[in-house]
Amino acid sequence: MTTLLLAEHDNASLKDATNRALTAALALGGDVHVLVAGSGCGPAAEAAAKLSGVAKVLVADADGYAHQLAEPVADLIASLAGGYDAIVAPATSAAKNTLPRVAALLDVMQVSDITAVVAPDTFERPIYAGNAIQTVKATDAKKVITVRTSTFAATGEGGSAPVETVAAVADPALSSFVGEAISENDRPELTSAKIIVSGGRALGSAEKFQQVVLPLADRLGAAVGASRAAVDAGYAPNDWQVGQTGKVVAPELYIALGISGAIQHLAGMKDSKIIVAVNKDDEAPIFQVADYGLVGDIFELVPQIVKELG
Amino acid sequence: MKILVPVKRVVDYNVKIRVKPDGSGVDLANVKMSMNPFDEIAVEEALRIKEAGKATEVVVVSIGPAQAQETLRTGLAMGADRGILVQVDGTVEPLAVAKILKAIALEEQPGLIILGKQAIDDDCNQTGQMLAALLGWGQGTFASKVVPAEGTVDVTREIDGGLQTVQLKLPAVVTTDLRLNEPRYASLPNIMKAKKKPLETKSAADYGVDTAPRLTVVKTAEPAGRQAGIKVGSAAELVAKLRQEAGVL
Repeated sequence: MTTLLLAEHDNASLKDATNRALTAALALGGDVHVLVAGSGCGPAAEAAAKLSGVAKVLVADADGYAHQLAEPVADLIASLAGGYDAIVAPATSAAKNTLPRVAALLDVMQVSDITAVVAPDTFERPIYAGNAIQTVKATDAKKVITVRTSTFAATGEGGSAPVETVAAVADPALSSFVGEAISENDRPELTSAKIIVSGGRALGSAEKFQQVVLPLADRLGAAVGASRAAVDAGYAPNDWQVGQTGKVVAPELYIALGISGAIQHLAGMKDSKIIVAVNKDDEAPIFQVADYGLVGDIFELVPQIVKELG
Repeated sequence: MKILVPVKRVVDYNVKIRVKPDGSGVDLANVKMSMNPFDEIAVEEALRIKEAGKATEVVVVSIGPAQAQETLRTGLAMGADRGILVQVDGTVEPLAVAKILKAIALEEQPGLIILGKQAIDDDCNQTGQMLAALLGWGQGTFASKVVPAEGTVDVTREIDGGLQTVQLKLPAVVTTDLRLNEPRYASLPNIMKAKKKPLETKSAADYGVDTAPRLTVVKTAEPAGRQAGIKVGSAAELVAKLRQEAGVL
């Protein structure tokens, strides 16, 4: 069998999510071809060719793919699908947008957000915010799969796959790019960070969130996360949200500050290796999943932690 | 312009679900059911567009068991004009839902279809994208802002790292994210009025759609549990433990 993996990239470089989804794609057992669709995406394609286990890289380089709009990218993947038994992508916002569109074009029921490959047609995936794990067998001849990247290790370099150009397909002209506002910062990305410091509603304001959470994150070189309550209250931007409806993460160390631990938040971080919770309510559900709990006032304790770290 | 809003009846988001001991699924007996929260946001957005004078009718549609009528009545009580129930028992996967919705869209000819980005039961996040594909329409997923204009709609989308705005040709499909709006509560008089609003009942066969699942559920299990750890007494102790015991610093 042969698998087509849709790469996550920003044209200039390949995202870590691609390496992780590659691990799942290789677990299907067949050859893996990586599709890099973008505009000026040569560097990303070169990076994909170096990944261990990749048999071939396909590059579709056209203006129409610059912003990863779902309609043209889905048409491109569907045009290539005939030669593949499975189409795989990391469950990033771009692929979550595109892949179900591909699945419908191919009349395939997609398997979303898989956390394990049991067999080439059988997968585990979380349902009900991760409160149950379903094992499903896909009966469609072709498989369309998105991969929860936090549960798969990243495949490293070590390959030198040939890079082939594929022709762009006609843009269906259903949508056009107007603009984007990407938050600029030097911190690691949430989904690939080794350490995450997250803040909850107990922070009380956007100012306090900045004053308390960011110094600790900066000291640790950590990514910054937030609970849905903190995002809803406007203390943190939505792309920092960790949880069922935000990002799912599994860092080495997750530090939850003033987060009570609602089911929907736990769904996004309970696979972290070590969880630390600081909360003034010693009954908070977050302590039931925390390896180390510290009960008390975050406004006093967090600066103390920063000081202790030196 | 008419707006179609598909809504799903799901386990209420406050319910802590239990996996059946025999691994056959999730225990749904006597569990509180509600409208999928993202679909509530979709109904609210459709109503706001209508109230702004940019739409003339809001039609809610649900695909599910007879009790999904209650979900439709919730939408009608919020202010939708009429409802369509496509009665199907058992699991209906997103692909089959999208096929039924396509058939309804071809009948109803809406200018916009707004639905939740994902249902909080199966967490699939597929239906809107599949529906857009089957209709050959544009899609604006994970919307945090929707601005309809003449013949187009601008959708601001929540993406990894920030926001992206796209312009879609109408008709189009929009899926909602959390920050799009805060749904209204239905008032008692509106709940009473909703009981008299038209609600049509159909079957999947009426639309010629086969709803047989394509995914076979082999088993459903509890996730691996996580044990509570220890409480430490001070910031100094915490940092020491992280350095020496956990080895993560």
